[in-house]
Amino acid sequence: MTHRKRIRIELTIKFVIYLILCAGSIIFLLPFLWMVSTSLKPASQVMVYPPKWIPHPIMWINYVKGWTTLPFTLYLENTCIITFSVIAGTLFTASLAAYSFSRLRWPGRDIVFVITLATLMLPSQVTMIPVFLMFRDVGWLDTFKPLTVGAWLGGGAVNIFLIRQFMMTIPVELEEAARLDGCSTFGIYWRIVMPQLKTCLAVVAIFTFLATWNDFMGPLIYLTTPDKYTLALGLQFFQGHYGVTMHYLMAVSLIVMAPCLLLFFLAQKLFVTGIALVGIKG
Amino acid sequence: MNGNTIFKSRMAKREALEGLLFAAPLLLGLLVFTLYPVLDSLYISFTKYNIFTPPKFIGLQNYRNLVNDSLFWQSLRITTIYSVISVPLQLVAGFAVALLMNQKVRGITIFRTIYYLPSVVSGVAVSLLWVWIFNPDYGLANVMLRAAHLPTQKWLTDPHTALGSFIFMSLWGIGGGMIIYLAGLQGVPQHLYESASMDGANIYQKFRHVTLPMMTPIIFYNLVMGIIGSFQVFTQAFVMTSGGPANSTLFYVLYLFRQAFNYFHMGYASAMAWVLFAIILVLTLLVLKSSAAWVYYEGERKR
Repeated sequence: MTHRKRIRIELTIKFVIYLILCAGSIIFLLPFLWMVSTSLKPASQVMVYPPKWIPHPIMWINYVKGWTTLPFTLYLENTCIITFSVIAGTLFTASLAAYSFSRLRWPGRDIVFVITLATLMLPSQVTMIPVFLMFRDVGWLDTFKPLTVGAWLGGGAVNIFLIRQFMMTIPVELEEAARLDGCSTFGIYWRIVMPQLKTCLAVVAIFTFLATWNDFMGPLIYLTTPDKYTLALGLQFFQGHYGVTMHYLMAVSLIVMAPCLLLFFLAQKLFVTGIALVGIKG
Repeated sequence: MNGNTIFKSRMAKREALEGLLFAAPLLLGLLVFTLYPVLDSLYISFTKYNIFTPPKFIGLQNYRNLVNDSLFWQSLRITTIYSVISVPLQLVAGFAVALLMNQKVRGITIFRTIYYLPSVVSGVAVSLLWVWIFNPDYGLANVMLRAAHLPTQKWLTDPHTALGSFIFMSLWGIGGGMIIYLAGLQGVPQHLYESASMDGANIYQKFRHVTLPMMTPIIFYNLVMGIIGSFQVFTQAFVMTSGGPANSTLFYVLYLFRQAFNYFHMGYASAMAWVLFAIILVLTLLVLKSSAAWVYYEGERKR
């Protein structure tokens, strides 16, 4: 009797939790649905109350018209170039540094590691102005270099830390064996260690992608010629552009978001392990 | 010295050289993008510098001017209010959702995906979406309020509600924190709950004396990250309101950015950056100091 009662209580609790989670899901999804709905509306149905959630007719053409109002294809190319360079640089130099910290002994190593971690505490606004002046002095303003060169010089303390932590869990026997076989240190790093880091590097790549793809302040500071704009910058410019209305704005915003959403659906597992890794170990 | 030790020391030298080479990009990066700029920034903060004429040393004048700058205080006030409200709110909401999901409900992966989805997107596109949602006449926010027969709001267009709108919007992004909590919850050893049950603990007692203490390191991490992040809000404010109306969303970094890149007050902006650094440092240290009283680390038990 009491057993049956307890089961009934448990079921009720589960049901209530389920209801709350479902209601929350709707609330969390609504902005996306709202966005999709707006992006497919004819101009006459955008500013209407009560709103028509399912537009009639469905205007797929909004995506084409919005996208071609400004040279967004060019902005996409620019964004891809920057993002690709940043990811490549980060994966390469952060893993090099991580390898150095976790496998090689050199004087001052531990101090440098502590300094590297300490940079996490430093808000980027402190270094922003001198770095800007430096890039001005070498004539790199209005080029992509200020946005990518940092990635090739260390790739960020978080990433180094993450890769180093991951490396520490890899047994060194394989590397020692390779060393005895006469493999060079770089060979060991490249051919033995890197392949074992695949998951970790994928996680770093994903989060680097998201951060670079969506970065706004960097391009805002460094890129001035419209030809060099990134998607984020182009989108902001699009907002103030003459005659641009919500359905176009939402259509292009969705296109800009799409790679991030797609990446998430494709690599959901990596996201979850990655966040847990950063969150718990950091 | 015998041959073996010579060999060993030569190996050590070689290893040290290789270690430095592997770390060389990072070392150069630290030097060029951190150490030098930090020193330079400190120096610039003591000068008057408009980037066109050489900097002029003026001592503490920039810092003194800050004290008398009402917009500086406004930006600090706005950012503090935002931080004090949105960070705890996100902490509690994220934790609560994670707790619900940790009950073995069906379709948890789907829920996890949905709640995390907004955290995947960020930046200008999301800001534009929320401008549209907050549109006073046709936006989703007021559509929902009307449907619920509640009074509509002016959201971003009213100085009284603009900052609140930003806080509301920040709740859409609790998914990131939620996943960290969820991972933590799933790592709580089951035997702790079992022995609590044997001692006759009810659900609340289990939560209060097992779950919560085990989660404090993660709460601590999310708290520190939340504070640091909330003081650096920029893109949303720039895109959605550019600080208005009536400077009611003039976030600290937005004002700093304006001083630097619109007015070219590089010295003044640098002084602002150092004040920001000091604030973040003090807050982080305070949280760190308080953590001894409320954060539970498993290692301590063994002592």
